[in-house]
Amino acid sequence: MAASGRPEHQAPPEIFYNDAEAAKYTSNSRMIEIQQKLSERALELLALPEDVPCYLLDIGCGSGLSGEVLTDADHTWVGIDISPSMLTVAVEREVEGDVILGDMGCGLPFRPGTFDGVISISALQWLCNADKKYHSPVKRMLVFFRTLYAVMSRGSRAVFQLYPENSSQLELLTQQAMKAGFTGGLVVDFPNSSKAKKMFLCLFCGGPAQALPQGLGTEESNTNVAQKFSKRQKGSRKPLKSSREWILEKKERWRRQGRETRPDTNYTGRKRRGHHF
Amino acid sequence: MKLITHNMLTSNIIKGVTKGFPLIIAPTKVEVKEVDFNPDFVNKMLTKIDYPALYQAANSVGHGEGLPEQLGDDVKDNTDLLKALHNAMLQVEVIEGDLVCPESGRKFPIANGIPNMLLLENEVET
Repeated sequence: MAASGRPEHQAPPEIFYNDAEAAKYTSNSRMIEIQQKLSERALELLALPEDVPCYLLDIGCGSGLSGEVLTDADHTWVGIDISPSMLTVAVEREVEGDVILGDMGCGLPFRPGTFDGVISISALQWLCNADKKYHSPVKRMLVFFRTLYAVMSRGSRAVFQLYPENSSQLELLTQQAMKAGFTGGLVVDFPNSSKAKKMFLCLFCGGPAQALPQGLGTEESNTNVAQKFSKRQKGSRKPLKSSREWILEKKERWRRQGRETRPDTNYTGRKRRGHHF
Repeated sequence: MKLITHNMLTSNIIKGVTKGFPLIIAPTKVEVKEVDFNPDFVNKMLTKIDYPALYQAANSVGHGEGLPEQLGDDVKDNTDLLKALHNAMLQVEVIEGDLVCPESGRKFPIANGIPNMLLLENEVET
């Protein structure tokens, strides 16, 4: 996402993702890496049966970066996106999946029960916009989720990574999904970090009841809160800055936020030798 | 667009169209691109594929070679037939042409291998 603000506020998706923007998704290694990581996590959350090649749908497939992760896992996929520029890039990059130009808010043009799973990376928030005069976001969401429910096979999952603007958007999306018959909910990875925090809307399409997967970095944080609390009672003071305790606490906090942190060793927080003045 | 995708596409998102399947293919440019053969996947997709529609589609783009009019029960171990199905489903691609809705006659153009399924305001179901 550009630092200049939310892309949804700038232009409709088919205009925003023009040739220049589409080119970034092939040249900008940081963007590519982020997309890949999100796709890998989404695929993990799909919890597909192991070693079975599946037929998947990628909503908002763009230039096919997320699709490549699916191809690497030996799945066959179909992508749908509203931006012709992004799809042209996908065709130029010779992605394995087929891509279709379509608007998710108009419904998904597939036969019932087609897909074994659905992923979508950073696309669902676009559905909250009214880009044309006749657009009604709530109606479009409902049409989208109803047709989505129909095209998925029973017991399969849809995982949407999304950047909701506020909690009411999220509530609206979840509400419409439930109205269409889905169960499931939100999985939040690294909820303690503003940067690494990622949201995945995990929807289950019928079948036996399934438990919602745990977000990354959540279990750890719970135990840590307890640990900290007991420590407080003993010392009831923050450790001295740059002391070993202070460093360990800071590293623990970083780990909780999902940031890269060196492991704790005997050498953590020790003075370096060799400075004799 | 591969024929496996065609086999899944419908035009039932248009207002008033109930089934919208199979879409008629009016090809102007067709290519065959090599894809790795995966018998497990082909076998798995046989439960989802609408075979008469695939047979008809493959013949309408001139690549129906090796496909029987009806599928028997012995497909699973028949490697030649699986390869023919693999070819029809995954290797044959419509690059340019039109998809036509069987009910309304609405055309969906295919350009550069990408079918355009965008609808106009008055065609959307509300």
